[in-house]
Amino acid sequence: MLEIVLISSLNGVLFGMLLFLMASGLTVIFSMMGVLNFAHASFYMLGAFFGFEISRHVGFWPGLVVAPVLVGMIGMLVERYGLRTVHKHGHVAELLFTFGLTFIIQELVQMIWGKLAVDYRVPPILDFPAFTIFSTEYPAYKIFELLTAIAIFLALLLVIKRTRIGLVVQASLSHPEMVGMLGHNVDRVFMLVFGVGAGLAAVAGVIAGPALVTQSNMAHSLGPILFVVVVVGGLGSLGGAFIASLLIGLLQTFAVASNASLADAFGELTGTGPLAAYLGDIWNVTVAQLSAVMPYLLLVLILIFRPRGLMGTRET
Amino acid sequence: MSDMTHTRPAGPPSGGGGFVATYGVWILAAIVLALLPQVFSSGLLISTMCLMGIMIIFALSYNMLLGQTGLLSFGHAVFFGLGGYLTAHAMNAARAAHAPLPLEVFPLAGGATGLVFGLIFGAVATRRSGTAFAMITLGIGELVSSSALLLHHVFGGEEGISLDRTRALHLFGVTFGPQEQVYYLIAGWGFISAAAMYAITRTPFGRICNAVRDNPDRASFIGYDTTTVRFIAFAMAGLFAGIAGGLVALNFEIVTSSAMGAAQSGTVVLMTFIGGVGNFAGPIIGAILVTYLQVMLSDITGAWQLYFGLLFIGMVMFAPTGIAGLLAMQAPLVRAGQFHRVLPWYVLALAPGLVALAGLSLVIEMCFQLTVNAPEGPQMSLAGIAFNATSPVPWLVAGVLMIAGFWGFRIAGRRALDAYGSALEAIRSPRSAQ
Amino acid sequence: MKKHLFSTAIALSLLGATAMHAVAEDTFKIGYVDPLSGGGAAAGQIGLNQLKYIADEINGKGGVLGKQVEIIPYDNKLDPQVSLLQVQKAIDQGVRVIVQGNGSSVAAAVESFVTKFNSRNPGKEVVHINHAAIDPSLTNDNCSYWHFAFDANVNIKVEAMTNFMKANDAIKKVYLISQDYSFGHSVADAAAKKLGAEGSGIEVVGNEFVPLQKVTDFSPYIAKIQASGADSVMTANWGNDLQLLIKAAGDAGLGVNWYTFYAGLAGTPTAIKQAGLEDKVFQITEGVNNIDYQPMQEKVKDYISKHKDAPIYYPRLFNAMGMVFKAVEEANSEDPVKFVPKLEGMRYADFIDGKEGFMRKDDHQYFQTMYISGLGALGANQPFDEEGTGWGWKVAATVPVDETIVPTTCDMERPN
Repeated sequence: MLEIVLISSLNGVLFGMLLFLMASGLTVIFSMMGVLNFAHASFYMLGAFFGFEISRHVGFWPGLVVAPVLVGMIGMLVERYGLRTVHKHGHVAELLFTFGLTFIIQELVQMIWGKLAVDYRVPPILDFPAFTIFSTEYPAYKIFELLTAIAIFLALLLVIKRTRIGLVVQASLSHPEMVGMLGHNVDRVFMLVFGVGAGLAAVAGVIAGPALVTQSNMAHSLGPILFVVVVVGGLGSLGGAFIASLLIGLLQTFAVASNASLADAFGELTGTGPLAAYLGDIWNVTVAQLSAVMPYLLLVLILIFRPRGLMGTRET
Repeated sequence: MSDMTHTRPAGPPSGGGGFVATYGVWILAAIVLALLPQVFSSGLLISTMCLMGIMIIFALSYNMLLGQTGLLSFGHAVFFGLGGYLTAHAMNAARAAHAPLPLEVFPLAGGATGLVFGLIFGAVATRRSGTAFAMITLGIGELVSSSALLLHHVFGGEEGISLDRTRALHLFGVTFGPQEQVYYLIAGWGFISAAAMYAITRTPFGRICNAVRDNPDRASFIGYDTTTVRFIAFAMAGLFAGIAGGLVALNFEIVTSSAMGAAQSGTVVLMTFIGGVGNFAGPIIGAILVTYLQVMLSDITGAWQLYFGLLFIGMVMFAPTGIAGLLAMQAPLVRAGQFHRVLPWYVLALAPGLVALAGLSLVIEMCFQLTVNAPEGPQMSLAGIAFNATSPVPWLVAGVLMIAGFWGFRIAGRRALDAYGSALEAIRSPRSAQ
Repeated sequence: MKKHLFSTAIALSLLGATAMHAVAEDTFKIGYVDPLSGGGAAAGQIGLNQLKYIADEINGKGGVLGKQVEIIPYDNKLDPQVSLLQVQKAIDQGVRVIVQGNGSSVAAAVESFVTKFNSRNPGKEVVHINHAAIDPSLTNDNCSYWHFAFDANVNIKVEAMTNFMKANDAIKKVYLISQDYSFGHSVADAAAKKLGAEGSGIEVVGNEFVPLQKVTDFSPYIAKIQASGADSVMTANWGNDLQLLIKAAGDAGLGVNWYTFYAGLAGTPTAIKQAGLEDKVFQITEGVNNIDYQPMQEKVKDYISKHKDAPIYYPRLFNAMGMVFKAVEEANSEDPVKFVPKLEGMRYADFIDGKEGFMRKDDHQYFQTMYISGLGALGANQPFDEEGTGWGWKVAATVPVDETIVPTTCDMERPN
């Protein structure tokens, strides 16, 4: 029992931090620009493929720096020449613009790198088990993921709360005219924010690529889970996203560990006929089988009972 | 974020007299619907028209949310899929019980399902608006489509639920074996549903929905409970989506979980937006166009997703009112008999635009040939012209086409806009009104 | 509103371009309805490449009945409803042989559509050649006269795999882990019954279902397997769900053997290599390229020289097309009504090993020699590695045809 609790907690924290790594860029864009960026997972995929391509030639570490910069620049171009035009038509148009972008990025990645998974490796310097608990090894690379996520969290927090740039960014969202009158270029601030968000997605891609599978469907297979993180955490709250990532990571991990079902609790169903068969479906579903839908259940419940999210300051 | 779902000010639905102001349009539509299979008689075209008809109902039902009430939903396919499943189950149950029911009534089962689930989920989701509403529907969509794989007996697992539409009671000797007969079933239901949804937009309730969309605070000040309005709109959208789902079950004779997946929910957003949310005819145009592209585009080019994405982004950036919005812009000119003044300018602008597009698609196709189709070598042909994708000539040609076309398009496009502006001015100015 | 014409122009040009699409006349047309975009595109593209290779080969020899074979791809996006439209399109364009395989949901939809279409449109019959969908219901309860299954179905594969495992004394505790949908459940149910039977000497220590294509982090599942004390894992997972599972096992240092159905699928050998699981992952298929059979190896070398994607992954496509061509030649007709009876009961020397298999008349299931192979460093006469990993599939056990035969519940409705 202790073994399961300990290992599940550890796995949950590691997975939660991976989620935060992936979601941090989305949080930044969502909270500062109010844009639901559907192309976030596509930027994440671009990051992974750029990282792979760079790692083939000059190694993993240069990729970790160069790929996010490149993707960040692409993000800024997208904002400058696409999103800005759409901005005046409202948030739905912005959201649909990023939706259309996913098709284009997906096809371009397929054309350049093909439809098969590429062999993106963990750098040799991190390719060893860091420690062993109850005969389960934990690779050093996972610890690296964890530390990067925490470092990004702290850095973002510092920038937003403690620097002038952060203040200007926050003010640009709520009072764009005022900020503009004070001599700040609001357009450039938004461009920068979108670039940083895309670049953070790419950081996640470079790091998660070797750990997961780098393939042209990786954006699609990620699904809407990152939206759950951002919304559950609360709009505009980086800390909320951090807590929500941990919560979802732990929730899913502990759910997988449990094989309990209604049949365990109340005994097997008896009876035949279609109705019993329908009921039997529900009766025999285990908690582990439900692990993937739990974040969405959490999302719906949070939005009903606490629409501002865990740590959000305003309602959506 | 309360303006999350504010698209452009859409004006009163149907533009108050542009497209479908009179009954004449409806009679014309009915005649066209009846004649279509005589004109397009191949199996594929009839099947495609069937799907278009279903998607029209589905997209119109979606626009009751997005266009009329300002609710952006990411889970509308839930009602579409559940309506399909329950229709399939109802068909199979009726067949097992030898109930003398004709096929014509079964879409009602889908509609009832959509309504019931619309009430259930609506009670949850419509307590919020804006982003929170969008996210709740996203969550509900994921929950329902995931449960399709968990509950094997209800949803038939991966293979879904099959049915045989010819095994119902035959009225007037109509067996519904031939696809053409199914077309008329869909056309009939589509006509009724579209008319009903149009009628709803003309009722006081439809106007209140618009008020809730445009200014929820004022709507509640003058005594309307915005939550209730959203709830009713949501349930009714579910009803019509369920009818569409029932028809899709009868059309394909199989329902699988993909019918209520996120991709289907996304498709209906695309259709509605490309067609235009501010106009009743918008979703109809969008459903026809997007369905056609989905069925046909992947045959022409392997890079169809790229074209699809470009089209979509182009629409969002340059024509956010959708195709119907573009057409509606011409309506005052047509009414004033001034359209012939601007038409030549449009043609003049369109021509270099097409040249630029030809250049762009040449580049895309050559890239595709050299990457995905690499095993087949660099030899390829486009529009009947064979060439080698590694030689510099076609690239040069593509570059010239793109640059010249784009340059010409910019100039001619500006002229066309000026022409449109001055024509509109001429109508509005008192001098020409005499 | 600026430049709104631009998007209209795109739409118009797309519409115009569709009109130009035409299909060559008077060829033997084979419609390939499989995913060429989206999640299943990798598998679909490999199948298309191989099908085109097969067509080029027979066309070089003069074609079938003097006609050139033409492969027409139809992208079904792995969606049952899109598939039905694409089948309708293929029929309109004169196709009477539909080749489809990926996804049992698609296969079930196509099989049912083809059967209904044929009964409603006499004189226009088409035949469904299923090269990969292996849900048992396709050739059991829902079997059809117009459907032929060329891959061994779940029952056959589980039978062969569990017999192999029972014969191995080192296997004591088996953990079952499958995706949570029909295919995963049919494998898990059949395997649990066979392995858990009295006297098998094997204990099933877990029977887990993983949400289909929704899991990013498999380490909780690995922890469960670890805690169960299993020495072997049997999994029906495929694609990302298998790649991530294997990589998570590699990360955690889980030292079990893996018995799989789809470890050969594109991308998975790369994941196995990355996880460092040499000679620990096994799969059951109708054969691998490293079988010491020269005619096949020659062809694989020729294929690789043209397609760099992978060695031949679908040997059964060669069997399927070879048998269809043979039946058409024997019947001297491209009409499925005429050549389908020739396919029934046909015996055929398999592409992969030259050994004879047969198409059972009762349910249209093809029976062939099955192989269990493991991935690892290659030895003599084993020239083919996977995806540039340096590792290739090596035969671990051979299951002769007569040990693969399972009963069927098919009660086939035959046209008069």
